[in-house]
Amino acid sequence: MSEECLNHAETARTIGRGNGPFITGNTERTHDIDRLRSGHKVLAEYTFERKPVKRGYAGRILYVNLTDLEIREIPLTSDVKEKFTGGKGFGLKMTWDLMGPDTRWNDPENILALNSGPLNGTTQYSGMGKCLSTTVSPSTNIICDSNAGGYFAPYLKFSGFDSLILQGKAREDILVFIDGTAGKVTIETAPYEETNSHLLSEQLTYMYAAEDSESARQKVAVVSAGKGSENSYWGILNISFYDPRRRVTRMKQHGRGGLGTVFRDKKLKALVARIEGFNGMTNDPQDIDRITETGIKHNREIRDLDMHENNMRTVGTGNLVEIMDAYDLLPTENYRFGSFPKASRIYSTRFYKRFTQGIPDGCWYGCNIACSKAVDGFVLRTGPYKGERVTVDGPEYETIGGGANMSVWDVDWILEFNFYCDTYGLDTISTATAIAFYMEMYEYGILNKERCDGLELCFGNAEAVLEFLHRIASGDRSEFIQVASKGVRRMKDHLIAKGWGDPDLIENCGMEVKGLEYSEYVCKESLAQQGGYALASKGPQHDEAWLIFMDMVNNQIPTFKDKAEALHYFPIWRTWFAIVGLCKLPWNDIVPADNASTDEPAKIPEHVRNYAEIMSGILGREITPQDLMDQSERVYNWQRAMNVWMGKGRRKDDIPPYRSMGPVTEMEYLSRKDRYDNQLKELVGISPEELSSMSVADRIRVLREHRYEEYNKLVDAVYYRRGWTPNGVPSPKKMRELGFSDEKEMLEMLQKAIDDDDAAGLNVWGGSYGEGDEIPCDDPRYWE
Amino acid sequence: MVETVKIIRFHAEKCRGHYDCEKACSQVQFGDDTGGDHSAIRIVKSNGGFSMVNCDQCGLCIDVCPVQALKRLPSGVVTVNKELCIGCMSCVAFCPVDGMRRAKGMVYPHKCISCGACVRACPEGALELVEVPISEVERVVYYHQGVCD
Repeated sequence: MSEECLNHAETARTIGRGNGPFITGNTERTHDIDRLRSGHKVLAEYTFERKPVKRGYAGRILYVNLTDLEIREIPLTSDVKEKFTGGKGFGLKMTWDLMGPDTRWNDPENILALNSGPLNGTTQYSGMGKCLSTTVSPSTNIICDSNAGGYFAPYLKFSGFDSLILQGKAREDILVFIDGTAGKVTIETAPYEETNSHLLSEQLTYMYAAEDSESARQKVAVVSAGKGSENSYWGILNISFYDPRRRVTRMKQHGRGGLGTVFRDKKLKALVARIEGFNGMTNDPQDIDRITETGIKHNREIRDLDMHENNMRTVGTGNLVEIMDAYDLLPTENYRFGSFPKASRIYSTRFYKRFTQGIPDGCWYGCNIACSKAVDGFVLRTGPYKGERVTVDGPEYETIGGGANMSVWDVDWILEFNFYCDTYGLDTISTATAIAFYMEMYEYGILNKERCDGLELCFGNAEAVLEFLHRIASGDRSEFIQVASKGVRRMKDHLIAKGWGDPDLIENCGMEVKGLEYSEYVCKESLAQQGGYALASKGPQHDEAWLIFMDMVNNQIPTFKDKAEALHYFPIWRTWFAIVGLCKLPWNDIVPADNASTDEPAKIPEHVRNYAEIMSGILGREITPQDLMDQSERVYNWQRAMNVWMGKGRRKDDIPPYRSMGPVTEMEYLSRKDRYDNQLKELVGISPEELSSMSVADRIRVLREHRYEEYNKLVDAVYYRRGWTPNGVPSPKKMRELGFSDEKEMLEMLQKAIDDDDAAGLNVWGGSYGEGDEIPCDDPRYWE
Repeated sequence: MVETVKIIRFHAEKCRGHYDCEKACSQVQFGDDTGGDHSAIRIVKSNGGFSMVNCDQCGLCIDVCPVQALKRLPSGVVTVNKELCIGCMSCVAFCPVDGMRRAKGMVYPHKCISCGACVRACPEGALELVEVPISEVERVVYYHQGVCD
């Protein structure tokens, strides 16, 4: 540990005595705003009529083409509103309308859509400020969707637009400024600003604030990426939220799948939205009492219960680290293990001491889950900002889990990793998961110092991790950096093509599905979570189906049918948040005191009713919990259908690597030998005598066959429950039931895919069913 | 440095439940005499008598407000700046004594500003405006919640 890192205060710093600002201790920066502004040339300007939001909708979509500098409005039709609701629903619909299925991430035709949603921008309930973004991912070549807080989505809507559609590619670095105060959109060159986010978002917040005041800076939102986004497939978008207490332009991140990579490929340096002001009526709720009373009730739950439940208000999502470690679910050394003797060094109690306490850390106004924790005055030890004191936003659970995965058991290095990933515009999840894979390959000698262009990427080498990030951001052209910065899938292909190792081992260890890296949970012992990950539309991310707790900790879904039902209900329910513009955490990271005694505690029925109340109160018509599911099921199926359209919506695309399902190596098997031996006896039916004569390699093989068989049966049950063919294609019948009877092109495309699958003999169950086995459905052509 | 603050003290034994205090308060807050949710001070029946629900100027709400619309004035009184308030009602939800209030149909909360209108309105002398040291009432708890190493 270096000298500087010992300088950090070891005790919690708090504010809370009223009026004054909090002193962060950060290095003070001054920006020559006049000089920066002097480089701006307005390339295109568009004036729009300022109109108030009506019952949650602005009623217009803003379309910007960066190639031909076209800016126009697309009216939001009632048909689109009815079928797609909002948020990523609009992004997917616009992408379907304006782009072809062969479009790749770096084609000018690729669409990057940033969306709000009808409930987005509400201040009276926690977690209502998410931006939902979609684009064609460089990692997966299908649509990736991601979401983050910050002020952009609400300000976009309050400026007059439900969604922003960006198409085309600029010739030089530009920014798009949506000025809700003047009713104007401009495309401006931005040559002199920094590219890295922590500086760029600060510069633009000060530049575009209507006046030099804390209040004015709070009315500006900046979206930015960074140098890492330019040079990798892990690009994210940072969304700013100016913190008036710290006087810091803070940021929330989204971009699993490479949103930031697409952003920089389009030569977008930033998006800026500015509004005049807003309050709890700006979203135009029909019944303010209904939403406010629901919000107060929920916020009181947070007040009274958070400290006894998850401690979100003091440590954020990092509270999960110790729980995951205790349940053998915390990924360590590239998911080989689920716990580690050193793990307590990165428990949330350690981060609690670093997070400044006492500041309302919501990333949107009125959110009292307030999980956006921050470390102030952090001294950087490496890279271009070495020696500076900065505010680090986070880390969240996934970033800390990423640290565990790389075997980095040090709070300071995790903070440093977090800071640089954010400012460079790199996804901490994909970056950590990929590095963990490279480290495992390094351990096996498949990679070495020479093959890594001088990086000693062994487990736990945090300095090498940071060096790797700095080399990506600097545009290093060496072969390893070029391949490694494109992620696990490309590295697998590279290692296999070079003949450096056993292809089977490489495929099994690299944690990706559809080309996207896994997020940070070990799911070897949770069949439901294996499905939750591998069946997720955009690739293995937990936001679609986080069933690990339900399956492993609470044991609420023991049978196939239970798991299939959970994999039907929860992905659809969780998708709902992405179509209305909300965060999921206030739904399940705080639960009512009597939740356990309800019929379906995993669904948190009271909170589902809250959301129906709020939506009814905003739209001005009665919405039931079932209506919420119907809204979401439409969009969920539409996204899967778009995967089919783009060539990746079949069973073959939903198969996980074995590392996510069971022990790949003998070391892993032996580390949990009793567990696996017992499973071979109890689940596979191997006698103790037979088992004792089997080698570890044989045991691994038999267990593996058993687990893939179980997995395929689960997929059969899920596809059937979802109304998809046995090869994973949403049937036209299902799409019609959902209300897409008029979408002829979509229905024809799906029918053709099913016919092709028929011709190839693919419309059959994946599991093998013997006598007495329950198959999902007796009718072999149930989807017709 | 703010050292003292005026707060309303309630003498339960004198209250006869006229609710004149609520009416006076709603005159200050809303310019009407409806009392009830238009009043910052509330008198509620309890145990055969009455008790008062009102802000004690502890200032917890200041730390909850995301836009710094709540401030302690030099007089020590905590007030809502409606120019800055965005109506999230976090202060209403988090107030431990229900002293931060919201009236039906209103975007913004309201609270006791220790003006003494209620004291003057009470015919029984059940209310009193007293000056106390800030240290006696101020509370800051939004750190160290439940976490131990």
